Amino acid sequence: MKEYTYIGKDVVRIDGLEKISGAAIYGDDIDFGANLLHAELVSSTEAHAIIKSIDISEALKVKGVYKIFTGKDFPYKFGLYMKDRFIFAQDKVRFVGEQIAAVVARNPGAAKRAAALIKVEYEPLPAVLDQMQALADGATLLHPDLENYPHVPWFFPKPGTNIAHWRKTRKGDMKGGFNEADFILEDTYTVPRYAHCAIETHVAIGKFDYSGRLTVWSSSQSPHTQRHLFAEALGLGHKDVRVIAPHVGGGFGGKAGVTMEIIPAALATKLKGYAVKLRYSREQEFINTYQRLGVVAKLKMGVTKEGRITALDHKIYWDAGAYVEYGANVVNAVGLSAIGPYRIDNISIDSVCVYTNLPPGGAYRGFGYSEMLFGLESHVTRVANELGIDQIEFRRKNAIKVGDTTAYGAKMNPNGLLECIDKVVKAIDWGNKPAPTNPNTVIGNGFSLFWKAPAMPPNASSSAFLKFNEDASINLIISGMDIGQGYQTVMAQIAAEILSVPPSKIRVETPDTDRNPYEWQTVASHITWSSGNAVKKAAIDAREQILSLVQRVFNLPLEELYLEDEAVKCTQDPSFNLPLKSFVVDGIMTKDGTFKGGPINARGMFMPEFSSANGDPETSQGGHPNVHYTVGAAALTLEIDKDTGKMRVLKTALAIDAGKALNPDLVRGQITGGMLQGLATVLYEDMRYDSKGKLLNPNFTDYKIPTAMDVPDEIIPIIVEVPQPDGPFGARGIGEHTMLPAAPMVANAVEDALGLRIKSMPITAEKVAMAYLASKKQ
Amino acid sequence: MKEISFVLNNEERSVSVEANEVLLDVLREKLGVKSPKCGCERGDCGACTVLLDGKAVRSCLVLAIEVENHRITTVEGISAEKLSALQEAFIQFNAFQCGYCAPGIILAVTELLLQHPHPSLEQIKESMAGNLCRCTGYSPIFDAIMALTKVEQHADAAENVTSQDQHPALPNVEGK
Repeated sequence: MKEYTYIGKDVVRIDGLEKISGAAIYGDDIDFGANLLHAELVSSTEAHAIIKSIDISEALKVKGVYKIFTGKDFPYKFGLYMKDRFIFAQDKVRFVGEQIAAVVARNPGAAKRAAALIKVEYEPLPAVLDQMQALADGATLLHPDLENYPHVPWFFPKPGTNIAHWRKTRKGDMKGGFNEADFILEDTYTVPRYAHCAIETHVAIGKFDYSGRLTVWSSSQSPHTQRHLFAEALGLGHKDVRVIAPHVGGGFGGKAGVTMEIIPAALATKLKGYAVKLRYSREQEFINTYQRLGVVAKLKMGVTKEGRITALDHKIYWDAGAYVEYGANVVNAVGLSAIGPYRIDNISIDSVCVYTNLPPGGAYRGFGYSEMLFGLESHVTRVANELGIDQIEFRRKNAIKVGDTTAYGAKMNPNGLLECIDKVVKAIDWGNKPAPTNPNTVIGNGFSLFWKAPAMPPNASSSAFLKFNEDASINLIISGMDIGQGYQTVMAQIAAEILSVPPSKIRVETPDTDRNPYEWQTVASHITWSSGNAVKKAAIDAREQILSLVQRVFNLPLEELYLEDEAVKCTQDPSFNLPLKSFVVDGIMTKDGTFKGGPINARGMFMPEFSSANGDPETSQGGHPNVHYTVGAAALTLEIDKDTGKMRVLKTALAIDAGKALNPDLVRGQITGGMLQGLATVLYEDMRYDSKGKLLNPNFTDYKIPTAMDVPDEIIPIIVEVPQPDGPFGARGIGEHTMLPAAPMVANAVEDALGLRIKSMPITAEKVAMAYLASKKQ
Repeated sequence: MKEISFVLNNEERSVSVEANEVLLDVLREKLGVKSPKCGCERGDCGACTVLLDGKAVRSCLVLAIEVENHRITTVEGISAEKLSALQEAFIQFNAFQCGYCAPGIILAVTELLLQHPHPSLEQIKESMAGNLCRCTGYSPIFDAIMALTKVEQHADAAENVTSQDQHPALPNVEGK
């Protein structure tokens, strides 16, 4: 294998100095001077109601209030995949927390005081707070005019119902598959909603200047997508909308697409000359940004006594919230992939996106696969146990391999799933358990496989500009976001490898849509792969410009020229050594005193031209909606106190096939971070709503996220590398995947330890203790 | 409004504050010091942590008026000349991702190292238990601190916090 200089090395992050010295600028850190206005929202207190009147008279009297806006001022619809949202509620509110009006004031205090004085009169409507209730006959419709909503061609809404999208995947012969089975297991699993909890809340500042240009500074994973949606919704040309995305204090999908950012953008268009800022409080962050969708999953799996899966019927009902403009694509993605990393001939998947009177669901690290895998990987363990087949063997036997067909008929990409299984088994010492630390505790082992593909439109693309500076340092100009994963560093490594310039000499700035080339979004774990390909092409473009210039000036054969240690060298002439810094801006001086060449500026672009969303609506067969899957395996050893249900993760191992780990330490960082985030969703996190649709725990006191005290005693990250043929240096994405196996492997470990199968998340200490108590009474 | 004076990052500063203004807002909006971050405004997340006379406090819960004649240190204050050994370790170990919680965690651990130059893992965990990080899973942070502090002859990890930072400011500030 080729020895790389920078690829595959634990290069230290290039954004470290900024972030550790306090120099890094986040959205809320930008100064806008004395003329900055502050916006505060008035939010719905009803889950479903007609707005009868809005009285702003008292609010207008508050000193410092500049203007107040309501839905009447912005009758515009917007949405990423389905245009079903308004900037402010129009005649109706559809969830508690939905924005109804905004007060714009000279200072945040005045805005807040005035917002509290606005009186909204409601006529309550019946609310549907549960997806199964919303599907029932006669359920109140959230969107009676659903048939008129524009959406992408691969969505299939059912007007006259609360079904916003229904992804059907059908393959093989279900009847035959179940007839062939010696054993069939059927059950239901449920997953509640979850919050991203980036430590930085959403913040955006809009400014519509006197020349008619809109600039939005936004804490965002998707600056170009935001620009596009702002331009569409507000009727502006793309050249007159500029989105500047400073450092982002965590995303996890929550800052993908457009949520609250459209509010200051829209307000600004009515406040010419001013900058207007909206910064969410932690409570607003909980109640009115995207949330992870809730799930009811009905699984039916048939197997032969030898342990071959003959058929899978997987029905997934998603609580997608009041607006599904982004969340419906979560439903779509899982509807194509709900077989998990298994080879199954007979498949029926129904993934149903249901409107409910709860906050909008949207992207959350894992994009629906965590929710789907909780049921599937619980079910797989149970099926294996019922058959008396070792669950690892069962997984090995059915594991999908390169060339097998996926649920929608395309071929599975090269992958190291079996290697991941073997390495996890070894690392966790599967089959053996440590002795409990006290007489009241028991130990259980849990296992899970995982897979996920990027969910993206078939034409999602990335691009890159690269320019050399006088000292042969480089500005790499790209529009992905470093939301913490280390994107800037890895892109610098790719350019460094091609151009022989160390990553520490490569500057990557956060994007500005006026200056940086197009990038779809930093989501779907596609950025290393997609933007990485674009950066590689840009670097190759720069190298070609450099080498052809040297060829022209020195009359050397092109095939003998190469780059090494920031210089052009020649294979046939060891004495030839032309430092890049001597010419990449100034050109090369020739004998007659003239200069040849000039500044090296390069470009690269990548679009997956093989991808298509043209599958049959009734079967999903025929298209190529997913570019590839990343797979892996994980296991843990859990100690449980039988009386209190308190659980401690003694040891966990996760192996992931990264294709090529461009920076292994950053991959390990995703594993330690994603694992803890995943464990939290199963062990204690949970969004709790009351019977009126109001969130009961919109803060970190009541919605617990992990602290330093909650880290597993031992985490073993394992990297497997089966190259992705079309990935940069063989790489594919791994960011979301590291949290996917956590929930099912905890459920499996609880059953292993106590003989109790818990089928609803979260699996809290309380739930385990109560279940154990109930089992003893029986 | 009341005019208060205190030492901010080794420099005496005066500022007019309302009785109900919190230190976080005064640092960020009136004094231009932006490394303490707002994450929850109720003391849950620790992103706004600063050192008050060498003790880590949440600046969203401290009234600005209370810090009169005290010393406040933020990450800007310990980064001015060169990074502290702790900050260098954070960079070497990729002990951050999005970076939003990093200033607060660095200050919380700086306080720990002032008291315990060679802390145990349990002490490290406890010292930063009030600082939420959603990205890293904390392990790389533990690794950075353990590697730094287990070295026998390690440079004083909290070197950039002067001994004065641990005590209430004296009326005559050094260098003035």
